[in-house]
Amino acid sequence: MLFVELIAQGLVQGSIYALIALGLTLVYGLLRILHVAHAALFTLGAYVGVLACNASGSLTVAFVCAALVAGLAGVTMYRLAYQPLLAQPPFVALIASIGLFIAAEEAFRIVFGAQGLSFSDPPLQGQVTLGSALQFKQAEIMVMVGTAVIIGVLAWLQTRTRVGVACQATVSDPQMAESFGISLRQVRDINFFVGSALAGFAGVWVALLNNLVEPTMGSVPSYKALAIIVLGGLGSIPGTLAASLVLGVVEAFGTIYLGQLLDRNAIAFAFLIAVLMIRPQGLFARR
Amino acid sequence: MNYEISLLTTMAISVMFALSLNLITGFCGQISLGHAAFQGVGAYAAALLAKAGWPFLATLPVSMLLAGALGVIVGLASLRVRADFLAITTMGVVFLFVGVVRQQDVLGGELGISGIPDHGLGKAGFMVVALLACAAVAALSVYIKRTWMGRVFNGIAEDEDTMRVLSIDVPRYKLAAFALGTALAGLSGAFYAYHLQFIGADNFGFVESITVLSMVVFGGIGSVPGVVIAAALLSVLPAWFQVIGDYKLLVYGGLLFLMMRFSPGGMAALARRFFNPVTPQGGRT
Repeated sequence: MLFVELIAQGLVQGSIYALIALGLTLVYGLLRILHVAHAALFTLGAYVGVLACNASGSLTVAFVCAALVAGLAGVTMYRLAYQPLLAQPPFVALIASIGLFIAAEEAFRIVFGAQGLSFSDPPLQGQVTLGSALQFKQAEIMVMVGTAVIIGVLAWLQTRTRVGVACQATVSDPQMAESFGISLRQVRDINFFVGSALAGFAGVWVALLNNLVEPTMGSVPSYKALAIIVLGGLGSIPGTLAASLVLGVVEAFGTIYLGQLLDRNAIAFAFLIAVLMIRPQGLFARR
Repeated sequence: MNYEISLLTTMAISVMFALSLNLITGFCGQISLGHAAFQGVGAYAAALLAKAGWPFLATLPVSMLLAGALGVIVGLASLRVRADFLAITTMGVVFLFVGVVRQQDVLGGELGISGIPDHGLGKAGFMVVALLACAAVAALSVYIKRTWMGRVFNGIAEDEDTMRVLSIDVPRYKLAAFALGTALAGLSGAFYAYHLQFIGADNFGFVESITVLSMVVFGGIGSVPGVVIAAALLSVLPAWFQVIGDYKLLVYGGLLFLMMRFSPGGMAALARRFFNPVTPQGGRT
């Protein structure tokens, strides 16, 4: 029974990772930038979500607001921070991104206070019992279902719409895509918007699960998501998805069986290093 | 006076640490997001040996050796993965280091190691030794830059594949860069342990790795004087920033971002531009 429970826990955690890491993959695939500040948008989404939910009383409003604000902030970040650095070696953008992330975390603390915020009336806290003994919070089920739906929609958009195909074309060969009349600028804006909106979404989910948002809630996802996209083979969307779920489950099992030896982060990274030594191109690389 | 002595010692240790990363990242172009782990190995080695009764100077070579040995192992990993993958792997190393140290009672676990014995040099004497070690590391860096090895490092940083075509044994030089850089980080760690007389796993985490990387980048990646000045400045900045107290990290992060945004070559590039305003700017290709 413990076995099934651990898998379930891992999948819930993995779904959250997936939402955050997917946005990061979209950005990486397009620009080859390790976008650490992505996690700042996750925190931003969580704050906006809690504030909107407390003000309006509706979770739907909270999600829409969080996704919109995080998305717009992401596009702004791209325009102001990354676009001018595209011609530089990659570590320049990486350090710029780290600086941005540190500053953003502090800004959250100064604006919203160090104690964090919580929902005045936390929604979806009821317990659901599945099968004989599996207990879930409603929010946990919603996270898994929500993630699956979002990813399904995303996959449909990517493969079945003009814009989605344009994005794919740009990822595989920007110059060729441009010569076929695709506006790189537009594609990059769209990707940053969608990726950041997903991070904002994830922020609200985590806020729901913990009923707390803190200025530092983005620091674990910031590097964990980087590990995941590397594990998934940098830039591959299905790979990222699989890596998120696998890592969630590995962590759930690891903390039980290896908890004496390593803490949660160390387990995740030990797994990452082991995989990279065997497959340096990541678990599911296309190349 | 005590305060200034302590500040200067901190500065010397930071400069040493930053120069050690500069060897790997600046000279050889291998990005590392986990350099603090090696400083940690040096610090823990020195702390444990000191508690076992070893004299201060005898702990230094052991710290360097152990840190360098771990560095070679990570260097071997760098042969397998490149660029962004390497960055994330080294980041993993620092999390592994912290995770392992935290769970080992021998290493003090969550509490860290306290009550590290005195070095017996007096505060001012220790400062002088630290400054001398720091100067030696700087001199070594300048020297390496001029040797054949330094030129090969530069070549690897610029274009690894071309160096291979020139039939240069790239893996060997990469390993040399890692061994040297991490051993020097271990040296700075030993000084760190003796200086603070208390160490914990969190002193050598991801944040510290990023801090030292930002010192290197801020100074101008690969430039010895730039890195020395940047590390000296950034290490005492928090002490000078007491005035703005609450906004310290905001300013720190902001500075880092602005420097990258407007002068990706760091302070070295700013200085170059200031003194030779006519020369065309490199790097904007």
